Amino acid sequence: MKRYSAFAVAREAFRQHTGWNKAWGHSEPKSKYDVIVVGAGGHGLATAYYLGKNFGITNVAVLEKGWLGGGNTGRNTTIIRSNYLQDPSAAIYEKSRSLYETMSQDLNYNVMFSPRGVMMLAQTEHEVRGYKRTAHANSLQNVTTEFIGPERVKELCPIMNIDGPRYPVLGALWQARGGTARHDAVAWGYARACSDMGMDIIQQCEVKGVRTEGGRVTGVTTTRGDIKCNKLAMVVAGHASVLAEMAGFQLPIESVALQALVSEPIKPCMDVVVMANTVHGYLSQSDKGEMVIGGGTDGYNNYTQRGSFHHIEETVRALVETFPIVGRLKMLRQWGGIVDVTGDRSPILSKTPVEGVFVNCGWGTGGFKAIPGSGWAMAELVAKGHSPLTDAFSMHRFQRGQFIDESVAAGVAH
Amino acid sequence: MLILHCPYCQRDVDETDLHAGGEAHLKRVGPEADAAAFEQYLFMRRNTKGVHFERWRHVYGCGKWFLAARNTATLQVYGTYSAQTTEPPAHITEAIRAAQESQA
Ligand SMILES: Cc1cc2nc3c(=O)[nH]c(=O)nc-3n(C[C@H](O)[C@H](O)[C@H](O)COP(=O)(O)OP(=O)(O)OC[C@H]3O[C@@H](n4cnc5c(N)ncnc54)[C@H](O)[C@@H]3O)c2cc1C
Ligand SMILES: [Zn+2]
Repeated sequence: MKRYSAFAVAREAFRQHTGWNKAWGHSEPKSKYDVIVVGAGGHGLATAYYLGKNFGITNVAVLEKGWLGGGNTGRNTTIIRSNYLQDPSAAIYEKSRSLYETMSQDLNYNVMFSPRGVMMLAQTEHEVRGYKRTAHANSLQNVTTEFIGPERVKELCPIMNIDGPRYPVLGALWQARGGTARHDAVAWGYARACSDMGMDIIQQCEVKGVRTEGGRVTGVTTTRGDIKCNKLAMVVAGHASVLAEMAGFQLPIESVALQALVSEPIKPCMDVVVMANTVHGYLSQSDKGEMVIGGGTDGYNNYTQRGSFHHIEETVRALVETFPIVGRLKMLRQWGGIVDVTGDRSPILSKTPVEGVFVNCGWGTGGFKAIPGSGWAMAELVAKGHSPLTDAFSMHRFQRGQFIDESVAAGVAH
Repeated sequence: MLILHCPYCQRDVDETDLHAGGEAHLKRVGPEADAAAFEQYLFMRRNTKGVHFERWRHVYGCGKWFLAARNTATLQVYGTYSAQTTEPPAHITEAIRAAQESQA
């Protein structure tokens, strides 16, 4: 792999950019791998990357039915934060956030991590108490957050109307090192690094069946033939239940559409990320100047990557009071992704009833922020059979009643 | 927008008047059931990509629950039926079969 650097850009400028290589290779599937990862989203690619980097396992294929990063990884609104309430969440999300800090250097790929600060608005007394509690929990977990008052909110984000009338801003949970990153670059950067370690990234290769023998995985059936493996990691987000069914088990997951939209580009007016959970909407400004807007999920099970228009309308309506500026914006485009939602709004990183099959799913509406940490933890789980970061996220926790309840911390989709 | 026929009001109803209630025909378990049975009833879901039987409530209308057969991969609606059933009735299974045949 040729390293990207300022020097390389200058050198190529002098020779019509003829010296760049393809960022990752296009491989034909081999007949057998140590580990097959299904799904070339951020989580699948990060899993493969850390299998190689942390455990020296490089006989790995990442199989993708569409194109790399074309699932939720390329459809999300890129909010990164780690201000969750429960200890297991804080551990994996903060690990992830801290890996984002150095990701561009680690991957030699600019993922444009922008720790511009994330605030979650408290617009009811109940939320004030809830976020103060989260701030206290975070300080015990070594996650730097603070509860700030309305004046400070206004100072950080002047375009906001903090006086209501319906939902005045009473304060906010502020994480100064939260922010955003470039979603495609995260997938591309990992893909390039995996390819460099000799792994095969195989696009347009849909897994159609899981082969087992005596309760152990032996391989997969795909649209490009049968491929054998010792271990199988299913990292397919909205399609987790479909893959699980192929292996003969069920998951506590429902797949629903989550939509987002962006406005026409405008001049810089907002350099923080704001989430308003009471009214169900959130907002940030991209580097191109578009206002990036998201809200809650659609209501019903859905695999079509399309949602209902009235949800978009509700989201925008919710934001207009707090951000009057939104009322004057033209919206440019809108899209949806299929998110995998669990009963406690926490992910599943787990062994499964089939020996050698591991599952990573349930990130639902908020897994972009978790990509590096989840890959790190999942690689350890696949390589060693357990990881301190994944222990609490077993798929069997629902049977034991050991929920990791984040339905308050993740009250709105992000 | 999704439009479903409320079998009680006998009217086509917009999604904004409805509330989705998740998978239908779940078997409710009693207090004597073990943890695995409760897990199955409360949390495990088929989450089918394809024909999905589900509960809906006509919240801003008659307020009643009814069931629908819908395809989660195409958004095609096969029909709606009474919630007082333990399995999809014949006219629904017939509609699904006919739709699948016309596609094959
Ligand atoms: C509109 C929207 C906004 C969001 N906003 C945020 C946010 O602000 N912050 C945040 O942290 N998170 C956000 N999320 C959530 C985040 O996008 C996801 O949690 C995360 O991207 C999931 O990554 P993944 O790698 O698990 O899944 P994906 O990126 O969806 O990758 C899974 C891949 O598996 C492939 N696949 C599926 N079935 C098969 C098969 N049978 N064979 C082969 N391949 C298969 C798919 O094609 C897909 O590419 C948002 C999501 C959406 C939809
Ligand atoms: Zn009705």
